[in-house]
Amino acid sequence: MAKLTLPAQELMYSGHAACPGCGPALTMRLVLKGLGPRTVVSIPACCWTVIATPYPTNALGVSVLDNPIEATGASLSGLRAAADALGYKDLNVVGFAGDGGTADIGLQALSGMLERRTNAIYVMYDNEGYMNTGVQRSGATPLGAWTTTTPVEGSSRGKPESKKDIMSIVLAHRPTYAATINPAFPEDFVRKVEKARDLTGPRFLDALTPCPPGWKYSSEQSIELGRLATDSGVFPLYEVEDGKYHITRKGGALKPVDDYLRAQGRFHHFTPEDVQAVQAEVRRAWEHLLLLEKETA
Amino acid sequence: MTRLVMSGAYAQSYAALLAKVQVVSAYPITPQTSIVEKLADFVALGKLKAEYIKVESEHSALQVCVSAAGLGARTYTATSSQGLLLMHELLHWASGMRAPIVMGVVNRAVAPPWDIGADHTDTMAQRDTGWVQIYAESNQEVLDTVLEAYRLAEDPMVRLPVMVTEDAFYLSHTVEPVDVPSGELVDRFLPPRDARAVLFPGVASRLGSFTGPDHYVEFRRDVARAMENVPATFAAVEAEYERLTGRSHGGPLSTYRTDGADAILLTMGTAATTARGVVDELRAEGKKVGLAKLRMFRPFPVHAVRDLAATVDRIGVMDRSYTFGAAGPAATEVAAALYAGPRHPTVSGFLAGIGGRDVTPGEVRRMFGALLAGEPTDIRWIDLEEQQELKIDG
Repeated sequence: MAKLTLPAQELMYSGHAACPGCGPALTMRLVLKGLGPRTVVSIPACCWTVIATPYPTNALGVSVLDNPIEATGASLSGLRAAADALGYKDLNVVGFAGDGGTADIGLQALSGMLERRTNAIYVMYDNEGYMNTGVQRSGATPLGAWTTTTPVEGSSRGKPESKKDIMSIVLAHRPTYAATINPAFPEDFVRKVEKARDLTGPRFLDALTPCPPGWKYSSEQSIELGRLATDSGVFPLYEVEDGKYHITRKGGALKPVDDYLRAQGRFHHFTPEDVQAVQAEVRRAWEHLLLLEKETA
Repeated sequence: MTRLVMSGAYAQSYAALLAKVQVVSAYPITPQTSIVEKLADFVALGKLKAEYIKVESEHSALQVCVSAAGLGARTYTATSSQGLLLMHELLHWASGMRAPIVMGVVNRAVAPPWDIGADHTDTMAQRDTGWVQIYAESNQEVLDTVLEAYRLAEDPMVRLPVMVTEDAFYLSHTVEPVDVPSGELVDRFLPPRDARAVLFPGVASRLGSFTGPDHYVEFRRDVARAMENVPATFAAVEAEYERLTGRSHGGPLSTYRTDGADAILLTMGTAATTARGVVDELRAEGKKVGLAKLRMFRPFPVHAVRDLAATVDRIGVMDRSYTFGAAGPAATEVAAALYAGPRHPTVSGFLAGIGGRDVTPGEVRRMFGALLAGEPTDIRWIDLEEQQELKIDG
């Protein structure tokens, strides 16, 4: 029988406004468990703007600052500058932004924050689209996925382009620490948050966060889907510290991506050839990751 | 007190130094000025103990200030034309979050075509963002106004951001003698920011938030009330500054030789200096003309404008920018302020100094001539008339 492996303190309260099975809600809960109450979170326009609940209520037990969608990186630089100027030494400065606010419209401010080596933690919760505004495609939407702006009708068969590789973009800035996190693996998740917390400099956490209404599956399957994402190699769990890659979950042979794709309505139109194409891409990326781990060991 | 010869750009830098700003953020967009370069020197030399965040865009520059102000820091940034336009979204965030940021703006033309000359289009395009706007006439006024702006911005009755603007080149790149108050005196005038209304680390709180019509209206009304509190607060701030330094720049709207005037010309920024000289010349010629200098555009000094109209029948308004499809912004505001007032003098709009074209004494004379002759009140592009005459003469 396993011991309790996660911090007991809850800094995200019940009564929040997330959908049942919301990956971003689980992610915030676990991030705050890892960071503790001496935390200020900057949140751009995203699902979490709403999940935190409207004025005058608040679902979070930490300081929250709202910022426009494209400016999270800059907000972190401002918060850290003020914390330094005012002598707040033990404050976690954290950005909590969606994939659109990070990989699309927020990319410039993120790049600036990483290049300036702002001492802050940037968490991207990736639900692979603009889910709060009606499930439009983002640069992080995977190849072939249905969204409301990449429909499956007429001449359109989902998103024609591949998913933007945000981790590679971030790693090109040589951050202190970058890791992928998955709320379906909470121990690995919180360990990485705690590791990030105890380092200084720019730190980036990339969370895959299943979204029942956006991905078209039943809400009780969020954890199962999250596990499948990692165990099929679609979303490998790894961390990069000082340029060294370390894969934190290797469950033997990868499961076929078919199970992961078939569980989601956004891929229901996939032909066997489409599945094969994704499988080939996932296998190639996994081999590449193994190579990076070996080369940087 | 020390007297230094400095540009209007450096007057901003010295004021930020004296204000002991804690966070500076800036980006050298087309075009930045030497304001932020001088601040970098101050920080590098240890004269200013500030976090200086060199960002990757003007949008980020203002976000840095908004977030830093959210934790309680005193912040400063500076920009110009295109950079200010890029900041537009954050301007709303700053006022809505009640962030007492002070920003120096060098007024420049907006592209296309590219032109970096003095022009008020950049700041006039931001007049609805909830920022106090003060237009300076001299480098001395720039320095004094920035210091006053911090007191105004941080006053609990106001808590709004303030932009202190100056005309490109005529002030920003022109040196003048400036009396610089001692640090000790400024410390008495401007104590450290009282940061009670901000986020506190470790305390559950939210700055910004979201809401619906059930609370949104109240938030907007709060900003409006803060604006309404500016005139009285600014008067008190300016009075104290005058007591300490002996200098005043005459409140939101000041007048020059308006007694018994048949016509008054209202100007902003550096054009007031030129117009003052013309008023002296015309008075010497026996013509009853006067000058009004509009220093504060937001909040608009409605009552001062109505007072101006108490004795005069013709008011000319010179704008250094044009609202396409309407009129000059200041002319529109003056007319609107007078409409609900007791007297309705004729308001004539003049456009001059667009894109940095010289506002010459000859042009100002032409404006007064038109006013005294009672010529039609349509908007007149004085710039173009001058140019056409030059071509004819040539």
